[in-house]
Amino acid sequence: MTDTTRDLVIVGSGPAGYTAAIYAARAGLAPVVLAGSVTAGGALMNTTEVENFPGFVDGVMGPELMETMRKQAERFGAEIVYDDATELELDGPVKTVRTGNGDTYRSRAVILAMGSAYRELGLPDEKRLSGHGVSWCATCDGFFFRGQHVVVVGGGDSAMEEATFLTRFAEKVTVVHRRDELRASKVMADRALSNPKIEFAWNSEVVAIHGTDRVTGVTLRDTVTGAERELDATGLFVAIGHVPRSELVAGKVALDAEGYVLTGADVAPGVRGTATSVPGVFACGDLVDHTYRQAITAAGSGCAAALDAQHYLAGLVDSAEPPAPVSLPEKIEETL
Amino acid sequence: MSTVPVTDATFQTEVLQADLPVLVDFWAPWCGPCVQVAPILEELSETYAGRVKIAKINTDENPQVAQAYGIVSIPTLNVYKGGELVKQIIGARPKPALVNEIEQVLQSA
Repeated sequence: MTDTTRDLVIVGSGPAGYTAAIYAARAGLAPVVLAGSVTAGGALMNTTEVENFPGFVDGVMGPELMETMRKQAERFGAEIVYDDATELELDGPVKTVRTGNGDTYRSRAVILAMGSAYRELGLPDEKRLSGHGVSWCATCDGFFFRGQHVVVVGGGDSAMEEATFLTRFAEKVTVVHRRDELRASKVMADRALSNPKIEFAWNSEVVAIHGTDRVTGVTLRDTVTGAERELDATGLFVAIGHVPRSELVAGKVALDAEGYVLTGADVAPGVRGTATSVPGVFACGDLVDHTYRQAITAAGSGCAAALDAQHYLAGLVDSAEPPAPVSLPEKIEETL
Repeated sequence: MSTVPVTDATFQTEVLQADLPVLVDFWAPWCGPCVQVAPILEELSETYAGRVKIAKINTDENPQVAQAYGIVSIPTLNVYKGGELVKQIIGARPKPALVNEIEQVLQSA
């Protein structure tokens, strides 16, 4: 708990948040990182091996990579707080962030790096059976499906990683994908396609989940013919992408129709880099990224956000007057 | 007070026959969210010392209890009172949310 006003608070602790913290700390901004009480390290904490982060010839485990980034940020003076931002006041020259444990942080600039949450299938029984066979974390729950048949939904890298990982335990893994080809990178796709324990249900979607206390099976619908069929399975691992965790800032900074935080020229002409619609508030990582959603692109945008925040803070010192708020074009205001 | 490690062998006496309500954390070392929620459970064991016992069972080393209670997702936090399962919380939660859950159990005494 503190009443002093700092330069910078960073909300989020994935590759974007921690990279922003490293740059901001090295710039002498002594940032506070609200890392999350049970989500610190972000999405990579639930992955196994990361093979495509530059600098790691033999790959690196996701949690280890995040631990390393955290230590690097701390080495330069970033303060990591394992608490959840629950309320943000972003207007005006001093921003306020309140936390789940009841603390308040005030700062002249804020970097939003809350990342993304798992996208749900949106089926009626999905929530009820969540934790009873429906899972979003293969590394956590795969162990409990030893010798069983499980379904993985999705066609991207996450789905391929989960399917491949689950073959360590499961007797058989069926990947259910809506199209007839995978979105996943070639190396991940080839690994899954050549795995004898993995079968593919192409052009298929899960339309119902069955089971009273535990998942017993799913109904698949062919996306081309509309034909339905039943598939017995005890586990359903959902890996159909992510949605931005922007609920804390909805109505406070401009979002697009899908809930991503708008930055730079997408906010209004003349807005640059990672700046949001609110002066002094910057955004990076999966929270803003429709397209790439990689650890390295998140880290890169976290770096940019820290540099933009540093530039903004330097401008405050020079002018002693914060820049005027950006006026939003009408079409963006509609999405607020 | 700190959290109490229990096993398949001690679950009966440490949990089901305990005088206090017991919150049992089903966890495993490879589970990221389990590791993250662990320090919160340590704090809660201090906060609720003498009122609620906080126990931990490593499901990797103790598969029998996990299987008996149908655990297929971790962390799962089961709350037992007088030998009965009275609450199940699946997934890691922030401290205020867990405090709220524990208070509900205590108020329904």
